[in-house]
Amino acid sequence: MAKATNTELVELLGDKFGEQLFDVSEPYGLLTFSAVKDKVIEVLSFLKENGRINFNFLTDITAVHYPEKEQIAVVYHLHSMVSGIRVRLKVFLNEKDPRIATATVLWNGANWMERETYDFFGVKFEGHPDLRRILNMDDLGVHPMLRQYPLEDPNRVDKKDEYFGR
Amino acid sequence: MSVNQPVYTDNDPQSELVTLNLGPTHPATHGVFQNVLQMDGERIVSGVSTIGYIHRAFEKIAEHRPFYQITPLTDRLNYCSSPINNMGWHMTVEKLLNIQIPKRVDYLRVIIMELSRIADHIICNTIIAQDTGATTTFLYLFQYREHIYEIFEEICGARLTTNIGRIGGLERDFNEVAFAKINKFLKEFPIALKEFESLLNRNRIFIDRTKGVAEVTAENALSYSWTGPLLRATGIDYDVRVSEPYSSYQDFDFEVPVGTSGDVFDRYLVRNEEMWQSVRIIEQALEKLKSEPKGIFHADVPDFYLPGKEEVYNNMEALIYHFKIVMGEIDAPKAEVYHAVEGGNGELGFYLINDGGRSPYRLHFRRPSFINYQMYAKMSEGMLLSDAIINMSSLNIIAGELDA
Repeated sequence: MAKATNTELVELLGDKFGEQLFDVSEPYGLLTFSAVKDKVIEVLSFLKENGRINFNFLTDITAVHYPEKEQIAVVYHLHSMVSGIRVRLKVFLNEKDPRIATATVLWNGANWMERETYDFFGVKFEGHPDLRRILNMDDLGVHPMLRQYPLEDPNRVDKKDEYFGR
Repeated sequence: MSVNQPVYTDNDPQSELVTLNLGPTHPATHGVFQNVLQMDGERIVSGVSTIGYIHRAFEKIAEHRPFYQITPLTDRLNYCSSPINNMGWHMTVEKLLNIQIPKRVDYLRVIIMELSRIADHIICNTIIAQDTGATTTFLYLFQYREHIYEIFEEICGARLTTNIGRIGGLERDFNEVAFAKINKFLKEFPIALKEFESLLNRNRIFIDRTKGVAEVTAENALSYSWTGPLLRATGIDYDVRVSEPYSSYQDFDFEVPVGTSGDVFDRYLVRNEEMWQSVRIIEQALEKLKSEPKGIFHADVPDFYLPGKEEVYNNMEALIYHFKIVMGEIDAPKAEVYHAVEGGNGELGFYLINDGGRSPYRLHFRRPSFINYQMYAKMSEGMLLSDAIINMSSLNIIAGELDA
């Protein structure tokens, strides 16, 4: 069986989901697309279970905060060990109330990845069996990777960014 | 980080379980790991892993640093094989900037990465032996890790957290002493590794302690996103060096060892065989270096490659480039890139989003130890405590990589 390619994958996904997948691009050869949040599990399980493409391996889950768009993007990296190709799925959520269905129903490995994403970005994964903070302490109160939180105390006068060309 | 202790309300004294805090500073866990275990005698009934004791917010710090200052952060992920992390990060940036690296630099990098892979596997395998009570083997092979660090010292001046190389190549060429030390290592290490194997591979006590302990099926390993020697021990031949070759790994002839049952003994065997393969790769790399032009140790990309200090003080152009790089005036494309390398513990991925600024907009590390460790508490259920200790050694979880 010939290996699946990105072009073939785009066609396959286009037939199945049509307009529900958008922003398709291929930066550095890695097929990237976005989906609406209600469809995420449907898309992921199609990618995982379709015998032709078979993205059986969840490489990573993380998130990115875009404060000017008031959005948080949850990013999934999947890997098809059969075809040797990777795919990146993004789901944009409203930063006020970031909620998305959990991927732990498909991969056990998603558990800690989602806990980490929750810990740092506050994304609530609905249906997650044990959604607690993982690296930070429980009473931290904030989700520190959100971009409104500075790295250091902004009141320090000796370390203003402008002195360092930032 | 949270101490979540399961509470048992059963008042029957016969069924009372003992809560045991294994870690965070237990000498048998080789790092800052805490597991709150419910014990029924010697047997573990359930466990909860608590991590984050040495979390240092690398991803947040990385958003405030120029690219070349992120290399020291990667050192502190898996500090048993930091050169692999350094190279992985440099290659991520090079991929973003579309820099072509000369073959000679690729081969030099391969030598460094394979040496650190050997160092990483030496630590893991000797510590499995140590935890089963075989101190001889531990002390015997561990000195070769010292020899590897001497080679690193010769190449870059540092030993553990190496900060080796630069974006675009290496900061200096290998000197004669470094090559002499590598050749000496290649001559002596195989003898020691052979003796190490002959002490353990058919050792009845070692086999009794490790065989059939913590068996993992291939399906389970895939579902938990395991990579590296752990996944290969379950029988899946996934190796980033082969599936997506970087740094000219496609030029080398080596094999990917796989196990069958995924137990501690198989993981030990897979790591041992990988050390043999690494030796093979280094030998081939030294051979290939002979036909490459001498003296090339970085790509010709003055916009991104930090010039040497002597150049900076004596050469106008070098000073300008130095200033531009240090002040972060690099024109990097606005793009996102994912690059993975085969680290000591598995697929080490860098997900970099660049918005054209001085530092990354977002940098995420896919840390194999973090992902491999999450099955640990689940695996330990029903296991003897002493087996759980060996299981943890064989997972080779590095606290720095676990907590980032």
